[in-house]
Amino acid sequence: MSRQAWAWLCALLALTLVAMALSVSVGSTGWSPPWVAAADPVAWQIVADIRAPRAMGAWLAGGLLGLAGALAQGLFRNPLADPYLLGSSSGAALGVAVCLAWLGVGPAAADWAVRLGVTGAAFVGSTLAVSLTLLLARGVQHTLRLLLAGVVVGVVLGAFSALTMLLVPDILRAMQAFMLGTTGFIGWSGVALMAPVAVLSLLLALGGSRALDAMSLGDAAARSLGVSVGTVRLLLVAALSAATGTAVAQAGMISFVGLVAPHLVRSAVRTTHGPLLVLSLLTGGLLLLVADTLGRWLLAPQELPVGVLTAVLGGSYLLWRMNRS
Amino acid sequence: MSRLMPRGWAARVGLICMMCWVLPAQARVSVADDRQVSLTLEAPPQRIVSLLPSLTETVCELGACARLVGTDRYSNHPASVRSLPKTGGLDDANIELIVSLRPDVVLLGVSSRVIDRLESLGIRVMALEPRTHDDVRRVAAKVATLLGQQAAGERLARRLDAEVDAAAASVPAAARGWRVYYEVDSAPYAAGTSSFIGHTLQRLGLVNVVPASLGPFPRLNPEFVVRADPALIMVSARSATALPDRPGWGRIQAVRERRICAFNAEQSDVLSRPGPRMGEAARIMAACLQEQAHKQADMQTRKPAQAASGVVKRGPH
Repeated sequence: MSRQAWAWLCALLALTLVAMALSVSVGSTGWSPPWVAAADPVAWQIVADIRAPRAMGAWLAGGLLGLAGALAQGLFRNPLADPYLLGSSSGAALGVAVCLAWLGVGPAAADWAVRLGVTGAAFVGSTLAVSLTLLLARGVQHTLRLLLAGVVVGVVLGAFSALTMLLVPDILRAMQAFMLGTTGFIGWSGVALMAPVAVLSLLLALGGSRALDAMSLGDAAARSLGVSVGTVRLLLVAALSAATGTAVAQAGMISFVGLVAPHLVRSAVRTTHGPLLVLSLLTGGLLLLVADTLGRWLLAPQELPVGVLTAVLGGSYLLWRMNRS
Repeated sequence: MSRLMPRGWAARVGLICMMCWVLPAQARVSVADDRQVSLTLEAPPQRIVSLLPSLTETVCELGACARLVGTDRYSNHPASVRSLPKTGGLDDANIELIVSLRPDVVLLGVSSRVIDRLESLGIRVMALEPRTHDDVRRVAAKVATLLGQQAAGERLARRLDAEVDAAAASVPAAARGWRVYYEVDSAPYAAGTSSFIGHTLQRLGLVNVVPASLGPFPRLNPEFVVRADPALIMVSARSATALPDRPGWGRIQAVRERRICAFNAEQSDVLSRPGPRMGEAARIMAACLQEQAHKQADMQTRKPAQAASGVVKRGPH
């Protein structure tokens, strides 16, 4: 790793710590830091049970999306690739829509829907969608076929969830919240789920990072360098969809973080895939953490959808950097 | 042929004169809708399409259900409207089907995109937007005027007020003044004091934890609800079971003491529609309040025994 990359790594970690402290200090009444809250047991419990897991959860979900974005752009050699490319977001949305619609049908039908929960339904939907994409593309041999299959699955499943929303308008509001991303209900259980997935998919991605570097020269060149392209790609697609599915299930369809985080890193540092993956994770996490904090601060006690803020923050920063260099 | 003309003319003029004389009750109706556009019809409409469930219910409540020839797909009350042609939703209305139903007037909401299209096709529309209790009375009066039955509109408005007041009177004293959180949907979106549901809660003597300044249906920080610590939560059955699992919500008084009103889909329809079933909505809420107050009274009579056992358990520490 270059000196510049190390410097960015340290800077991002420091910024994350500052943002985390800020996030824990902002609540439904605006600014209320934990050292003030410590005196009041109720306020302290709110900090410990709601704000702390929410801040951690937002950071982890953003990190997962940032990592997945860097992976997708590397895998598909396409700067416009994002984590939702293989249809996982529309699969998750359809899962949530069907789950919510079932909940309204009756107590008997609601039983399994409650047990699975919206989070579970989103994860199942996302996994099924990616499997469907892989099936339609007949494996991972051809990236173009994979890309097209992903687009098709995304559009078709998106149409089905739109149809579900039209037929059961009661779920419109909940679906809208899911589509714009929501970090409001992430608890310690969500954090406990995302943390190991983040570690695992980061390790998997780092294991394949040298192969990604080789594959950026083309599949033939990678093969001649001794990379077994098929296996590596399958493992990386697994890491990509696990990271995306988990993040989407916990935090909804947060737009733009996955797309913009790797670009933010590349605009600052010239680097190989190894450091890029780590830095993208940290950047994505920081971006979503800041967006979440602002989302509940600006209009407190009302909330702005976090997805709106990630697009505004990430997009404007990227534009600024592009025009400067 | 030319000799027949004058006779035909005379007959027509005669017929028109006779109509004017015989049908004074069927005189033209004129009423301004919520866009302040005045609508004038030569006679009360006989073929009506309604694109808003609450307007469908209002028309039927005024005894004109038979004049409905089509509704939107969400209108499901009273049962007779379910068999009518369904013209889609407010924003994806099937224009061709509406036109083919040859309505004298189409009743719809103000926000509808359909208005311009229908008007350009020469169909008369009346846009009405019931959002508050006052709106329900106003809309009832306007629809009644349109139907040529002003008196029925006034009667309906008076009856609805009386029904809500009766429901409010049935709320037990123990439940009055409870701080309530009404969740419209799990983001969480709440029903604020200024919403239709908020008005009903207020008239039942409950205190909404969401102030009017936040608007009718604000999306809240979940932490706000935990901090407000409501004594009662009203929520759809679909979200009720998951409430205690939300981070930190287990400590809310209503969750701790299981003082939760869970409404099924049918009840939610009644509760959320600003229409002639607002009296029924108030009764549904009041029934839950009676049940909860009853439960609380039960718990209080059992409390001494529980407190004693608690002391024994705590002894060794």
